[in-house]
Amino acid sequence: MLKHEDHIFTNLNGYNSFKLNEAKSRGVWNDTKKIIQRGSSWLINEIRLSDLRGRGGAGFPTGLKWSFIPQKSKLPKYLVVNADESEPGTCKDRDIIRHEPHKLIEGCLLSGFAIGAHTCYIYTRGEFYNETNILQTAIDEAYKDGLIGKNSCNSGWHFDIYLHRGAGAYIAGEETAMLESLEGKKAQPRLKPPFPAIVGLYGCPTIINNVETIAVVPDILKRGSAWFSSLGKQNNTGSKIFCISGHVNKPCNIEEELGIPLKELIEKYSGGVIGGWNNLLAVIPGGASVPLIPKKICDDVHMDFDSLEKVNSGLGTAGVIVMNKSTDLLKAISRLSRFYKKESCGQCTPCREGAGWMWRVMERFCKGQGSIDEIDTLYEVSKEVEGHTICALGDAAAAPIQGLIKNFRHLIIQKFQKSNNLKKEVA
Amino acid sequence: MHNDIELKFKFNNSNFLKSKKILKKYPKKFSESAILPLLHLAQEQLDGWLKKPAIEYISKYLKVPLIKVYEVASFYHMFNLKKVGKHCISVCTTTPCCLKGSDAILKKFEQNLNIKNGKITKDGVFSLHEIECLGACINAPVIKINNNYYENLKLDDIKKIVKNLKK
Repeated sequence: MLKHEDHIFTNLNGYNSFKLNEAKSRGVWNDTKKIIQRGSSWLINEIRLSDLRGRGGAGFPTGLKWSFIPQKSKLPKYLVVNADESEPGTCKDRDIIRHEPHKLIEGCLLSGFAIGAHTCYIYTRGEFYNETNILQTAIDEAYKDGLIGKNSCNSGWHFDIYLHRGAGAYIAGEETAMLESLEGKKAQPRLKPPFPAIVGLYGCPTIINNVETIAVVPDILKRGSAWFSSLGKQNNTGSKIFCISGHVNKPCNIEEELGIPLKELIEKYSGGVIGGWNNLLAVIPGGASVPLIPKKICDDVHMDFDSLEKVNSGLGTAGVIVMNKSTDLLKAISRLSRFYKKESCGQCTPCREGAGWMWRVMERFCKGQGSIDEIDTLYEVSKEVEGHTICALGDAAAAPIQGLIKNFRHLIIQKFQKSNNLKKEVA
Repeated sequence: MHNDIELKFKFNNSNFLKSKKILKKYPKKFSESAILPLLHLAQEQLDGWLKKPAIEYISKYLKVPLIKVYEVASFYHMFNLKKVGKHCISVCTTTPCCLKGSDAILKKFEQNLNIKNGKITKDGVFSLHEIECLGACINAPVIKINNNYYENLKLDDIKKIVKNLKK
């Protein structure tokens, strides 16, 4: 369990003001200059030693990502912060932006300095209008105080932060789609390689990181990589914000160590499942894009990247969606299919056509129309969509359905039987 | 070719100043990047939806082909190419909100405003839209009216919200 003094986000719930003077009293912008003076290679190495893994969903080691940036390149380098949080079940970045914006801005400066970028774009979600305004206020405060700008924190480093507000496209959260969107185009993902670290925004080397990843950087550098890696588990170090939503008594955002048991997380912080633990049906542990896990697994699974992968799911963004026995699971999954159908960018055929097809089949299943053969066909089609697209949206569209069929096939069959019985009665 | 078209839209003074500021964010060679923020600006000026002249204006303003601006405007969900109400009500019905009864919220709005999902009231004051995840799942059910979120909604709140907006 995370000790009180080990919390990184001390104002996550917004009990205190986001403004600069209060943020400073919480320790933000402390010793920033001293850290910069230690040099960029020290910074990158420290992040690498901390074993920080990206908090945006994929869990890629951040230090390793940063080290891909070509040091000798004469092109300008860019830092892009991914604040286009739209994964169903996830709402951590929103709270960081509106309650801890200075932590994010300080993180931008330090990360930007580490990779040699003078310009940073923060791509915020279009719907977050008020949150974007708060962040802009915080950025203005930082400029006025000389914390960023021509001579950031008196370190001699020139650093500018610009906000770019999206316009409601889930796919813009995919890193290369975000670059396209920043360049004023449709948010359609690019083929990789070349990776953005080599050819990114405007053809220049670019590092893209999630809000939470960037916001924890200052604390790692201030308290040391050894402190950070002492939290959590090996290869899954540090603390993480979990968003617990759905059928719990008190839905909340909570920062905890990686590797905490799911049951403890739900019972301790969110007031338990509505109707008690035994009333639990299933949990989607990492935002809509990972397969659900049934109660049997929830009983003793731990919340970290590797443990969840072992049970054929994933930590993703750590958006925990809890569903109790009152849930119509088919409808819940069908809604996710609808989400992916609407959000597919239309570039790759398997995703564009497959996501819609899978949603239509799921809608029929919800009504109890279908046959057992069709369950297998649906599973096969989902396997064909998975891995055959440029970005991971195809995989994400397939995951909820695969999770449903693997773990709750009997529920679908029950639905068919029920509607068949009804038909017989009517006849 | 667009030179012959007399443009019926242009930024008002304050938005014109804002647009100059926006352009400074991006490298000079890549002013196309400003398409998204300028479309936002135009939509704000036009009561929440983009008329064709606005898209033409931005294409001229940034010196990019019209189709490029149009394809961006039609790709992103937040740009409305059709008229919306003065109060544009968006109800989130993705799974986390759905688990918390968002379908009933949508139905209640339909009853209260006497319009179907996707439609606009006759007086043009309200329009109702079912949309996907708003990213505030711990406060489900959530709706968005223009730029503001209304969170932890209860069925009883809806009458009050509509009444307040009508004032």
